[in-house]
Amino acid sequence: MKVEQISIFLENRAGRLADVTRTLSEAGVNIRALSLADTTDFGILRLIVTDHEKAKQALKENGFTVGRTNVVAAEVQDKPGGLHSILSMLSENGINVEYMYAFVQQSGKNAVLIFRFDRTDEAIETLQKHGIRIIPGNELYNI
Amino acid sequence: MVFDVQNETMPRDELESLQLKRLKYLAGKVYHNVPFYKQKFDEMGIKPESIKSISDLKNLPFTEKQDLRNNYPFGLFAVPRESVVRVHVSSGTTGKATVVGYTQRDVDNWARLMARSFESCGVNSTDIVHNAYGYGLFTGGLGAHYGAEVLGATILPVSGGATKRQVMLMKDFGPTVLCCTPSYALHLYETALANGISMEDLKLRVGIFGAEPWTEEMRQDIQNKLRLKALDIYGLSEIMGPGVGIECIAAQDGLHIWEDHFLMEIIDPETGESLPPGEKGELVITTLTKEAQPLIRYRTRDITRINPIPCRCGRTHYRIERITGRSDDMLIIRGVNVFPSQIESILLETEGLSPHYQLIIDRKGSMDILEVQVEVDEKLFSDEIKHLQNMEKKIMSHIKEFLGVTAKITMVEPKTIARSEGKAKRIIDRRNV
Repeated sequence: MKVEQISIFLENRAGRLADVTRTLSEAGVNIRALSLADTTDFGILRLIVTDHEKAKQALKENGFTVGRTNVVAAEVQDKPGGLHSILSMLSENGINVEYMYAFVQQSGKNAVLIFRFDRTDEAIETLQKHGIRIIPGNELYNI
Repeated sequence: MVFDVQNETMPRDELESLQLKRLKYLAGKVYHNVPFYKQKFDEMGIKPESIKSISDLKNLPFTEKQDLRNNYPFGLFAVPRESVVRVHVSSGTTGKATVVGYTQRDVDNWARLMARSFESCGVNSTDIVHNAYGYGLFTGGLGAHYGAEVLGATILPVSGGATKRQVMLMKDFGPTVLCCTPSYALHLYETALANGISMEDLKLRVGIFGAEPWTEEMRQDIQNKLRLKALDIYGLSEIMGPGVGIECIAAQDGLHIWEDHFLMEIIDPETGESLPPGEKGELVITTLTKEAQPLIRYRTRDITRINPIPCRCGRTHYRIERITGRSDDMLIIRGVNVFPSQIESILLETEGLSPHYQLIIDRKGSMDILEVQVEVDEKLFSDEIKHLQNMEKKIMSHIKEFLGVTAKITMVEPKTIARSEGKAKRIIDRRNV
């Protein structure tokens, strides 16, 4: 039920993000979703890609520090209140969101929310109990 | 004016025979009271009685900072611990610090040498001395403090930190003399201006600056900005503390070393050979009068040269040039001695850190900035910002705790730290001193 996310350490300097995208493009890896967190000195790029093994290897060969994390992809209706309904059920169950990002596949249909939880299994259980569809990794990589 | 006319202006031949007399006594004293020296003398086949002239000094063993660490804490004391009235500690490390003990007579001598030093800078009993050297285990604060008291000046034991309050006190109390590191003097100046205090509001006329390297250009800058005479002071805790040497206001050209208490030599740091007067090399000092912890031929690692030309101030004690460098990799950051190996061991003790780091030292405005760059490898990396930031804070607080300096920690990508011939270049000093 979990999704593999790769994360990359980036110094805040011009061209570093382009170096990542060039590496992925040359490796023939497609990006499904991404988020970039930054501080004054460095950033962390989080990616969900079509082939995380291949992506990770190509990035490491090019000298990047790459990490792997399990995240959860949940599907909600793309309408007002969609995200809020999920966040309130998590909050009622005392589940903390470390970070999240989202993307819409096609406007008006469904949105995909990527979550990083402190207690991942418990979070999945809670979401499923409330009828939220969790997108399995394989499905997400190949959307 | 001269504080101690008899000793400070003693003719050279008398001064040199006094040195020889004291050296002979010292050699016997350390041989019989300090096992470390007895062993060294025996290994080299030297008897204290074999010293017949000052030139025999070159046959005696050197003492290194590491010898002080190896005999931590009180192993080099030449008197029973009960006779020691004070202990100072230099440059904290992760394990072994350098400890220095003083008898009552050592403390009195030190105060009198500091009083000489003050007077050499034109300070007298009517002055008010703002002492911003740190008080505590560091020798700077207390060293200057007791010297000013012996001179009869009014001392303000301000110590370091709380800069804004310091400039307020300077405005209200009207000190005429400022003691601190040269970079802190400029920081005080900037803080004063930022708080609406101009130099006309102050009464400073003399600044006694030391504990870190500075240049002639920096002296001019300080003199122009703070409107005072800036003088260089030399000292190191292993030998005594501040007041081993001082510039005189008459010449403002090199530092008189108090040769009736300290026997100096210049050596080639590579070979250990003595160099003739005027040659540049490493300063080596033998403490002629210390009771608690006398040192034979202590290698200061400071690079300078001896100037034997008589000084216009009338003092007969030779001068050394402003310290121009070190023969080891010690860094002086805001007056604190830092060895790169100390930072390395702190980093290596911090879980998850790769051995690749780089130290960048810069001077922003007047303050030294130490930046520690650490490579982020997979073990350290996390997809959460807070984990990396916590690691930065952890390293910062370890460095602060063990070394007493604030460092900026920067996480960098692997392999960004330049490696030359497979070895990383560890230190980049961008300060122009």
